[in-house]
Amino acid sequence: MKICVLVKEVPDAAVEKRINPSTGRLDRGGEKNLNPFDTHAIEAAMQLKEGGALSVDEVVAVTMGPESAKRALTKAVSLGADRSVHLSDEALAGSDVNGTGYALAQVLASESPDLVLLGQQSDDGECYTIGAVVADHLAMPSLTQVIKIDVEDGALRCERQAEYGYDTVLVELPAVISVGDAINEPRYPSLKAIMGAKKKPLETKAAGEVGIEADRVGYDNARAHCSDFAAPPAKAAGQIIEDEDTNETVEKIVAWLDERKLLA
Amino acid sequence: MSGILVYALHYEGAFNKNSLGAVSEGARLAAELGTECHAIVIGEGVSDDLAAQLGKYGASKVFRVEGPEGLAQPVIDAMEAAIAAGGHEYALFGGGLLGFEIGAGLAARLDAGVCMEVTNVRVEDGKLVAERPILQDSQISSVHYRSGVGVIISRLNAFEIKETGGTATVEDLAVEFKAHSLKAKMVQRGEQRGADVNIEDANILVAGGRGLGKKEGFDALEELAGALGGAVAATRAVVDAGWYSYSAQIGQTGKTVSPKLYLAAGISGAIQHKVGMQASENIVAINKDSNAPIFEFSDLGIVGDLNKIVPKLTEAVKAKKGS
Ligand SMILES: Cc1cc2nc3c(=O)[nH]c(=O)nc-3n(C[C@H](O)[C@H](O)[C@H](O)COP(=O)(O)OP(=O)(O)OC[C@H]3O[C@@H](n4cnc5c(N)ncnc54)[C@H](O)[C@@H]3O)c2cc1C
Ligand SMILES: Nc1ncnc2c1ncn2[C@@H]1O[C@H](COP(=O)(O)O)[C@@H](O)[C@H]1O
Repeated sequence: MKICVLVKEVPDAAVEKRINPSTGRLDRGGEKNLNPFDTHAIEAAMQLKEGGALSVDEVVAVTMGPESAKRALTKAVSLGADRSVHLSDEALAGSDVNGTGYALAQVLASESPDLVLLGQQSDDGECYTIGAVVADHLAMPSLTQVIKIDVEDGALRCERQAEYGYDTVLVELPAVISVGDAINEPRYPSLKAIMGAKKKPLETKAAGEVGIEADRVGYDNARAHCSDFAAPPAKAAGQIIEDEDTNETVEKIVAWLDERKLLA
Repeated sequence: MSGILVYALHYEGAFNKNSLGAVSEGARLAAELGTECHAIVIGEGVSDDLAAQLGKYGASKVFRVEGPEGLAQPVIDAMEAAIAAGGHEYALFGGGLLGFEIGAGLAARLDAGVCMEVTNVRVEDGKLVAERPILQDSQISSVHYRSGVGVIISRLNAFEIKETGGTATVEDLAVEFKAHSLKAKMVQRGEQRGADVNIEDANILVAGGRGLGKKEGFDALEELAGALGGAVAATRAVVDAGWYSYSAQIGQTGKTVSPKLYLAAGISGAIQHKVGMQASENIVAINKDSNAPIFEFSDLGIVGDLNKIVPKLTEAVKAKKGS
C-alpha cells in the first residue's frame, strides 16, 4: 500500500511573520523550513512502514507551493519518504483553504493513496483544517489531531483528544489522518539520508496535469477573501523581568503579587 | 429563504457552551439581517426537550437528525441536507475541534468560503463579514465571502451566551449518510485520563507546560501551588504526553478559567491555550524564551529558567506568608 504525506514549507520559527500591505498576503520572504508539525506525520508514516502491521510499499511526500517548496520535499525524503510530488503552478498562488484543499485532493487522487497523513497545523496558515477539506473531496473517512495510531485488522485504531476527553475511533482505509505533535518524537535524518535525498525521484506537476479547474483556485477565486488588516485594540504592555540574579527576581515577583493582594 | 444554520454539539444530555454561544450569535446576526437562525442537532434518540432548548437562545427551528454523534463527517452530510432544504446562506460553528472539522468539510462539500478562529462577525451591506485575528493576534483581518454559502468557525468563547426566551419548532430531517462518513466509528468517547482534579473553583492557578521538561517537573509546581493556596493546571502538550491529568487542562479542548492569578511556567502561549485563560485577572509567565507569545498577554513576564526560579519562588512565598 501507499502512504502520502502532506508537507509544507513555512517561514522559519525565528522569522517574524507579517502581512505585505500591498498584496494582502503573508510575506513569504526570509528563512524557510519544513513545517515542524509535518515531521510528525512523516515519522508516523515511517513507523507504520517499519511496524509491519500494514505492508507499506512506499511513502510519498506531497506539497503544493512555489519553486522553493522543493526544499520541504527534500527534507521529507531525508526523513524517510521514498519519493515526492511537487504541485506547482502560478495559477495556484494565493489560494484560500477551500482552493488549497481542493488542489491537494486533486494531486493526491492522481496517486490513489491508501492513507494520507498530514500535520496538525501549518506554522504559517494555522487553519487546522486542510485534512478535513481534502478528506471530503477524496470521499475518505478522516480524523484530525490524532496522537496514537494502532493497526487493527487492516483498519486504524486512533486516539485523540476532543471536547469531552479522549476519543478512540476505528477508521477504515483509505483514510485521511492529521496527527498531533504528541504522537511521536521525529527522528533526525542521517547524514547519508541527507546526501541521498536529492537523488530520490521528485515529480513536478502543473495544475492542469492533475485536473485542477482553474476557476476554483488562486487568489482571484478565493471563496473567502481576506482584507482590511487592522491592529487590535492596544493592550497595556506587561512588565518584564530578565532573570539575572534569581534571589532578586523572586523578591520582585513576591512584591508584585503582594501589591495585588494575591498572597493573602 | 436565506438564513443562518448553527451546529449544536451536545454530550450526555447537555449542549456545549460554545454551541449555545454560537446559537445566540446566530440569532443576533439573523435579526440584523432580517432572517432566521436555525440550529441542527445530530445524535441517537435526541429528545424533543433537548432539541427545543435551543429556542431559548434564539433558534426558530431545530433540525434533528438521527445519526452517530461525536464524529464530523455524518454532520457534514446532515448540514448539506439541511442547507439544501432551508437555503441557508451561512453556517456557523462555536469553537472546538468538531466545529473545525465539520466546518472545513462542509466548505469543501459546498465549494464555500471558510474562515476559522473568528472573534467577531459584523453585518455589512446585508452580508456577514468575519473578523479573524492572525499572526499571534497582532493583526485582525476581515473576511468577505464570495460563495453561495459562507462558513464561519469561531474561536472558543468568542460569542456570549444570551437567553432570549424564544421557542423553536423541532423538525426531523432524514439524512442518507455517504459511505465514507460511516467508515469511522467511535469506539470510546470522552475518556478521562489521569486523576479528577478540581481547578475551576481555584482563585489561583499555577500552570505548567512542556518547558517543565518531564513529568516530575510538576512536583515543583505542586509545591508552589500549595504555597500560594492554589491548584495546578496544564497545557494539552503535557496532558497528551501523560505528564498531568486531562481534567486540569486549559484551552480549546480543555477548560476555560478566569482565576485571580494565573501563573504559567514553561508555556509558550499558543492560541489554543490562550483562549482558555486569557480572562484571568493577573497573568504571570515564566519562560526562558523572550520571544514566547505568552509575554504578549502577560501582566508580569519573567524571562528565565523555571528550574531556577520556581523552587526559590516557593520558598519566598512561604516566607512572606509566614511573616
Ligand atoms: C485543535 C487544537 C486544539 C488544541 N487544544 C489545546 C488545549 O485545549 N490546550 C492547550 O494548552 N493546547 C491546545 N492545543 C495545542 C497548542 O497549539 C500548543 O501546542 C500547546 O498549548 C503547547 O503547549 P506548551 O506551551 O506546554 O508547549 P510548547 O509550545 O512546546 O512550549 C514550551 C515552552 O516552554 C519554554 N521553556 C522550555 N524550557 C524552559 C525552562 N527551563 N524554563 C522556562 N521556560 C522553558 C519554551 O521556551 C516554550 O515557550 C491545541 C491544538 C490544536 C491544533
Ligand atoms: N500547501 C500545502 N501543501 C502540502 N500540504 C499542506 C499545504 N498546506 C497545508 N498542508 C498540510 O495541512 C496541514 C494543516 O495545515 P493548516 O490546515 O493550514 O493548518 C499541514 O501540517 C500540512 O501537512
